[in-house]
Amino acid sequence: MHLNIAEFAAILFSGAVLAGFLGSLTGLGGGIVIVPLLTLVFGVDLRYAIGTSLITVIATSSGAASAYVREGYSNIRIGMFLEIATTIGALVGAFLGGILSPDFIAVIFGIALLYSAYMSSRPRAEHAPADSSDPVAVRMKLPSTYPVNGEMIPYGVHNVAAGFGLMWLAGILSGLLGIGSGAMKVLAMDHAMKLPFKVSTTTSNFMIGVTAAASAGVYLHRGYIDPVLAMPVVLGVLAGSMVGAKILGRSAPRTLRIVFSIVIFLLALEMIYNGATGKI
Amino acid sequence: MAQPAKFDITAARAEHKIELFIGNLLRVCVIATVAVVVAGAALYMPTAYSSFPDYHKFHSEPDAFRSVTGILGGAFTGNAKAVIEAGMLLLILTPILRVAVSVFAFLYEKDYLYVVLTLMVLGLLLFSLLGGA
Repeated sequence: MHLNIAEFAAILFSGAVLAGFLGSLTGLGGGIVIVPLLTLVFGVDLRYAIGTSLITVIATSSGAASAYVREGYSNIRIGMFLEIATTIGALVGAFLGGILSPDFIAVIFGIALLYSAYMSSRPRAEHAPADSSDPVAVRMKLPSTYPVNGEMIPYGVHNVAAGFGLMWLAGILSGLLGIGSGAMKVLAMDHAMKLPFKVSTTTSNFMIGVTAAASAGVYLHRGYIDPVLAMPVVLGVLAGSMVGAKILGRSAPRTLRIVFSIVIFLLALEMIYNGATGKI
Repeated sequence: MAQPAKFDITAARAEHKIELFIGNLLRVCVIATVAVVVAGAALYMPTAYSSFPDYHKFHSEPDAFRSVTGILGGAFTGNAKAVIEAGMLLLILTPILRVAVSVFAFLYEKDYLYVVLTLMVLGLLLFSLLGGA
């Protein structure tokens, strides 16, 4: 393909707007759009794609976070508490990478995601009653409120230990595979801890930014973050994620669940394909 | 004695003030990032037509773009790519700053459990950041 730099940047910018939009709505970060666009469409080396994807995740997280924090969707206590599990898991995962075969794990993880995509698409009660929370959740002040039609509604928090364990696993997987931790984070908060879906996705949105920033130093030092690729991507992702953050408040949780399930389904296929062809 | 799970509305209000502050801080960081990246793009684009980079092969970034001092040094001499990379540094700094400010937010709320937890996150964050450099 013979494009000049302006056309190339314009295409990347458009893809990045979509990535930021989907990433901020689903709490997944948008790497799922950017990595295939760079590697499959433009034949960019995977290392540049990973570096750019990392930038995508941080930009999605920061672009949407301002709105999510101000409106009171994301739960900072749950985010901080679970971030400890994720970060320790990521260190373990990076260590295990030398022992286990990442390709095999990618296929298993992909199959687990297919099942999760189905489970997430099914309707359920949007929030657990505030007074039904686990005692440990109450002691850690995890239950909070979130806006529903302009009103702050209290919600309960369940299965703190299971959520913490799943987050640790999410960290291990992201350390092993490089991507996919956003999906596990949303699923752990949604399925195990029974948080409202918008709280799960926006809290994941906060956490993925911190997790990505932790590995940014390594990628920058290895020379994976290219300024010419990053330039249109950052601008596009920030624009897309701000639009996504505006839309989230007005969307029905049911719609968000369906969008999330579709993106998770595609992520599962990408994982299985990459694992089966040895591209991890 | 209140019900254990009862919601404390005064505490929630105080917390919302902090959330507004953190929200504004994030917005300032994002605007600063956009400004720096746009400035870099304005410097870079006019020079770029003749030299389209090849990304099919990985050749790593030049040493100057792989360290904080190298990037900042280049950015101040007006090197277009270094200016864009300085924008990336600002972007990477944003979540770290948010965690750091949260430490003070929890201190202000006298919620010492979360002061400790947030310090742990900040510690792990800095450990893996500096461990890579």
